[in-house]
Amino acid sequence: MSMKPEAVFSCRDVHITIADKEIVKGVSLTVRPGEIHAVMGPNGSGKSTLANGLMGHPAYTVTGAITLAGADITGLTPDEKARKGMFLAFQYPVAVPGVTVASFLRAAVSAVRGGEVPVREFRKELLARMADLEMDPAFAGRYLNDGFSGGEKKRLEILQLLMLKPRFALLDETDSGLDIDALKVVAEGINTAATDDVGMVLVTHYQRLLNYVHPHVVHVFMDGRIVRTGGPELALELEEKGYDWLAPVAAAAGA
Amino acid sequence: MSTVPTVSDIGSDYSQRYGFHDPEDYFQRAPKGLSHEVVEMISRLKHEPEWMRTLRHQALDTFVAKPMPTWGDTEMLSQINFADITYFLRATEKQGETWEQVPENIKRTFDRLGIPEAERKFLAGVSAQYESEVVYHSVKEELTKQGVIFLDMDSGLREHEALVKEYFGTVIPPDDNKFAALNSAVWSGGSFIYVPKGVEVTIPLQAYFRINAERMGQFERTLIIADEGSKVHYIEGCTAPVYSSNSLHSAVVELIAKRGARIRYTTIQNWSNNIYNLVTKRALAYEDAIVEWVDGNIGSKLTMKYPAIILKGERAHGEVLSIAFAGPGQHQDAGAKAIHLAPNTTSKITSKSISKDTGRATYRGLVKIRKGAHGCKTSVQCDALLIGSAARTDTYPTMEIAEDKVRVEHEARVSKLGDEQLFYLRSRGLSYDQARLMIVNGFIEPFVKELPMEYAVELNRLIELELEGSVG
Repeated sequence: MSMKPEAVFSCRDVHITIADKEIVKGVSLTVRPGEIHAVMGPNGSGKSTLANGLMGHPAYTVTGAITLAGADITGLTPDEKARKGMFLAFQYPVAVPGVTVASFLRAAVSAVRGGEVPVREFRKELLARMADLEMDPAFAGRYLNDGFSGGEKKRLEILQLLMLKPRFALLDETDSGLDIDALKVVAEGINTAATDDVGMVLVTHYQRLLNYVHPHVVHVFMDGRIVRTGGPELALELEEKGYDWLAPVAAAAGA
Repeated sequence: MSTVPTVSDIGSDYSQRYGFHDPEDYFQRAPKGLSHEVVEMISRLKHEPEWMRTLRHQALDTFVAKPMPTWGDTEMLSQINFADITYFLRATEKQGETWEQVPENIKRTFDRLGIPEAERKFLAGVSAQYESEVVYHSVKEELTKQGVIFLDMDSGLREHEALVKEYFGTVIPPDDNKFAALNSAVWSGGSFIYVPKGVEVTIPLQAYFRINAERMGQFERTLIIADEGSKVHYIEGCTAPVYSSNSLHSAVVELIAKRGARIRYTTIQNWSNNIYNLVTKRALAYEDAIVEWVDGNIGSKLTMKYPAIILKGERAHGEVLSIAFAGPGQHQDAGAKAIHLAPNTTSKITSKSISKDTGRATYRGLVKIRKGAHGCKTSVQCDALLIGSAARTDTYPTMEIAEDKVRVEHEARVSKLGDEQLFYLRSRGLSYDQARLMIVNGFIEPFVKELPMEYAVELNRLIELELEGSVG
């Protein structure tokens, strides 16, 4: 067996509770550089809680151990995690009225890169990435997610992914609410961001996105646990059979 | 792309930037407390005509006779000790026309506040009031040539008595309310502006009000008359030292916009948190006139101020755009009034408030449409943002609509500085403070974008200091 490179992201026995209710019941994941993992599961299985909890949502209590590029990030705040190279593409990005996409992104890029980015340079980069995602330049002047369609919100998440260049990205249901053309553009953005030194986890209900972004590892997530792990073929199997056939496995895991 | 909040200024605070004070070494000072003797002294010192002297004495009687308001923050109001306040302070013998003519310590104060610099950069005229009177006044020569009058109110009365007599107290009579009566009795300073027919003053005129002494009362009186088809933008700013004792600021501002005229009146109120700010502001808008109050209340202990527009002529339009920031121990009781007397008049009221910690913001507004004033349109929007679980906001929107053929819109919204918004921004690397500031700056953006750039920058910085909680 060849030596595998050090994990870019790992979590060990992560439990997540909200208001005393345990939603995530012991999850371990190891993502190596260049790997794309898919976490697939039915609605209500706790996928989004896993994504938000790992990023450090203040409403969640997280136990277990989380590392990013070898460093322990378990107790860090969301902004500390982001500055260390972690990213979460939100399923439901919130609106921040009065703050333009451009000013928000410039602040975020400056924070993550650890220094003010010159305006001209920033603008050039922003417009190039927006062009990649087939976004109208006028988009930069709109207020953050304010009155955006579902598709526009998802594109903006991917724009942020491309601008912030994280080491590890969690993408929560990024395919939902996209028509087929938008899905292709978004997938292309994800593939661009998924370079050899980057790790990614796609959290998704459907196989749809996986036709364009090919995962190396597929995990089935049910009732707060990973109940099966396999290769890309597992996603196709789920597409064909749904999740029900794995219910007994999930039940056994919870027993 | 320039609205990125920076955190470079954090650490400087109100005490340091505005809260300092000079020694109280004054030329003339009225004895503490309110009496006919004090009123007489003020009028005599100003060599006023008999009608004004009489008006003052009658106004004092009105003030004494009228009870304190039984609405608003009656508890805070009851703490004002009218006998412990100095009602008139003349800091210097002569008003300067250049900054060199202003006494050194006062000039230094205004230097520290950045007024001469602002004047050089972007103002058409400046009036700087220190305690009771204007100590510096200057207006660009081209405006004077066009017939524009921009004077302090005392000089206005001396040099244009007929004009002042015709309009003074016609929009806000001395017996309008207790504090208007107080101002009418002891008024001093403020601005007198007359813009002749068809003249457009394209760059703003500014007045800056500074209280320096402890337990001081400042009662400036402003009257702006924009003649037919003219245009003017007036900006006022105010600060005071931080004292543990309270001071009183009670201004009266009357605006008259004649047919087709346009007045914009912008206020950035940043009094220290020991000032009672009880102000009456009202405008008359004639046919096709436009009046806009852009009103920012950041400072003071208690502010009670409801800029009003009386839409007297057909198709007149009035707007009030305001923000209030109430930090710990502050109560911003602010709002707006639009009185539609003529048909086809329109008004728009947008009020935004932020309450932080124990801060309290109240919106109190009145929209009135008279029977027969058909075709009127009005919209009122109130947005309140709460930061912290103890923050409080109240809304009292009164609508008195006596006409059927009108369009009335009203919307009120209260939001809490959201965990989801904070989490979203923080997941992008912004610290808690940066994220909070960005959300608040976004909230006030509709107001800030109406300000001249220099004021927008200043306001954003003030808000940042307020959020930091370093304001004394």
